[in-house]
Amino acid sequence: MKNASTIIPCYAADTSGVCSALYELGGMTVVHDASGCNSTYSTHDEPRWYDIDSMIYISALTEIDAIMGNDERIISDTVAAAADLHPHFIALCGSPMPMMTGVDFDAIAEEIQQRTGIRTFGLHTNGTRSYIEGASEAFLAIVKEYVHDCPKTEGIGVNILGATPLDIPWNTTMAGIKKWLADCGFEYVSCLGMESSLEEIKKAASAKVNLVVSYAGMAAAEYMLTEFGINFVTGLPVGEGFSEQLGENIREAAAAYEYGCVSAEGMGFDDSTGKCTAVIIGESIASKSLAGALRLDAGIDAKVICPLPADEVILSDGDMALYAEEDIKAALEEIKPELVIADPLYRYVIPKESRQIELPHFAFSGRCFGSRMPDLTKIDIKEFLK
Amino acid sequence: MHKEYERPPGVKIKDADINELHPSGLEYNAPARGMWNIVHQGMLLPEAHQIFVCSQGCLRGVILTAAEMLELDRLSWVSVSEEDMFDGTLETDIVDGVTDILERLDKRPPVVLLFLSCIHLFAGVDFENILRELSDQFPDIEFIDCYMTPTMRTTVSPIVKMSAQMYRPLNVTKKDPKAVNIIGSDRLTDPDSELVKLTESAGYTLRDIAGCKTYEEYQRMAEASLNIGYIPTCGLALEELEEKHGTPSLYLPNSFDYNTIKDNYTRLCGELGIAVPDFADNIAAAEAALGRAKEKVGDMAVAVDFTAVTRPIELMKLLCEHGFNVRYAVVDSVGEETGAFEWLKINRPDIELYSSTNVNMLYQHIKATEPVLAIGQKAAYYFATDNFVNIIMNGGLYGFSGIKKLAELISEAYDTPKDKRRLISHKGFGCASCLTN
Repeated sequence: MKNASTIIPCYAADTSGVCSALYELGGMTVVHDASGCNSTYSTHDEPRWYDIDSMIYISALTEIDAIMGNDERIISDTVAAAADLHPHFIALCGSPMPMMTGVDFDAIAEEIQQRTGIRTFGLHTNGTRSYIEGASEAFLAIVKEYVHDCPKTEGIGVNILGATPLDIPWNTTMAGIKKWLADCGFEYVSCLGMESSLEEIKKAASAKVNLVVSYAGMAAAEYMLTEFGINFVTGLPVGEGFSEQLGENIREAAAAYEYGCVSAEGMGFDDSTGKCTAVIIGESIASKSLAGALRLDAGIDAKVICPLPADEVILSDGDMALYAEEDIKAALEEIKPELVIADPLYRYVIPKESRQIELPHFAFSGRCFGSRMPDLTKIDIKEFLK
Repeated sequence: MHKEYERPPGVKIKDADINELHPSGLEYNAPARGMWNIVHQGMLLPEAHQIFVCSQGCLRGVILTAAEMLELDRLSWVSVSEEDMFDGTLETDIVDGVTDILERLDKRPPVVLLFLSCIHLFAGVDFENILRELSDQFPDIEFIDCYMTPTMRTTVSPIVKMSAQMYRPLNVTKKDPKAVNIIGSDRLTDPDSELVKLTESAGYTLRDIAGCKTYEEYQRMAEASLNIGYIPTCGLALEELEEKHGTPSLYLPNSFDYNTIKDNYTRLCGELGIAVPDFADNIAAAEAALGRAKEKVGDMAVAVDFTAVTRPIELMKLLCEHGFNVRYAVVDSVGEETGAFEWLKINRPDIELYSSTNVNMLYQHIKATEPVLAIGQKAAYYFATDNFVNIIMNGGLYGFSGIKKLAELISEAYDTPKDKRRLISHKGFGCASCLTN
């Protein structure tokens, strides 16, 4: 069955993921698209648009350019814009029409780089995938290009990877994560996605551990593990018990050689108990962190329904990767959980018997509940459950 | 006027080329959200259900438009994956997806606005056949082909096409010689306008899709003996209605030129079969309001943008003629306003015209060097002022009374600064919004 929805929204797309990931790095991002990608992104997927200027543009692709394969237009327009604006780098990405016409973004990037002398890279979005995939590719490109080996921090230096406002509430939760790192005695190095400049990102290899807070940061974490031997830990510091355990895991990861990924113990449903009372719907790392917090602080076993890309490192056996409205609805009807924690716009598929705790997710409901997004690092799980 | 740019964001009107005011290039999107899109338009059709079939990136904007305007239950979607485009199922996926949605809806809508996207048209899908198959399966539903095709915007503008499709469900019926429609507007025309007063006082029933509450009421628009349009994007709708229903149409552009307004009303009265009244009092009231506004605003710089009114260049001319210090405009093309444009070129050669999308407009809002009174959201944003008239597409104002009321709004904007960030963030001016709840 096709992915058809009678009412619930879809998540932000890959193009928005790219733009969000690169937003604060001083580069210029060009989406090869006619019109909608930029207005959708800047209206619904980017809470920083009004407050922080960023060189995010569309190419204003036309029918005749698409049919005639007129790549020269995006090339010369980008070169002209770069001459006026002097970005640190240029990133190009695509929407559905360039995919249909087979636009070669790597070749166009090469041409622009030759004409401008500015590092330019092509990213391979097409508007049909999720923001996780777009942001993931963009983060990886930045790390590959700008992060080089350098002396390590004295203490346990930590990078935050994968933080975009699509997953991490802007202006609140980042401060909470940084404070938590400091309270644990860790040294904050940089954040890939928010509140770090390109210069700060360049020093990311000085960290001893990467903390991956969204699956969008996973590819960059794996690259930095392979390239610089930096172990990574997945999780958001949510609740008392889970945050404590996450801190321990960072310490372990910093001490270990060839450790790889440390997935926090207790991140979710233990299928052997067979007593799932709650379901969390959302991005894998945030949802698993919350599941861990529910178990450790309140003794509640929760399954995760993840409608976004994730892998078995994050999701447990009892969790489900479901994408379509009717599949999510059917799963909830079968589980019959007492509690569902999900974005408010999931209310249409939640069984009447289940209680919903609303947890707005910007990548899903956009601005609709932007002012109600809690700082997850500050919530008291028992209060949250009331 | 500007540092040396490869692609300057603005140009003095004396140097502007009427055929291309600004060089094309990459495009920026200002955070002024009042303009309507095709979803807002579609919601005007009572009881209609919108179904969009397109990729996730395109879906996102339309779905959240509906969500923000608290109409999420009137819009459904089918996403198109990369594989769908190449595995030969592009058309069957549409039929299957729409069928699935309609079978799952709690209530069967009388009309479905089915939107396909650029990729479908580019792949050459047979939209007619898709509609035929769906109509066979759901004979109780009227399916209307709609288009979210911004790539094709230079051939047919999506807004123009949507304006026409909105009236496609109207079924030919017996004419009512005393019924008149206003076509193509996204909001009701001000009842104080001479247009509404003249029509209604002559005993005509005036209908507008923006005022229809039910599908049945909407269908009565087919009875009209005259269709009036005044928004520049209404042309195709008027043409198609004339062709299908044989209803004569009258295009009465929403002008700021007194002679054009008088000419509009003369033509209207001719069609309605009534005498043309004397508009001296209406003109005097407009003049008085403009005078009061000028007295208040003094020599403060004024900026006008094309989202506020459909004839921004004529408005600039009117304001200049009444002594206002019009300094800036955000306009991308001249359109129907060549006369006013040429007048300003000669009489106000230093007015600066800015592009709404030029890449260098990104930093325009932090450069404001003088207090500005703006007419329109984009002008307010780009010229960094909280003293602005917050209207979109004329705000329902029309004619001499429209000029009077706009002048009053200018006075009010001068007196009372607005919460710009909140107001211009509201998507679809005049629609409900969850952001304000």
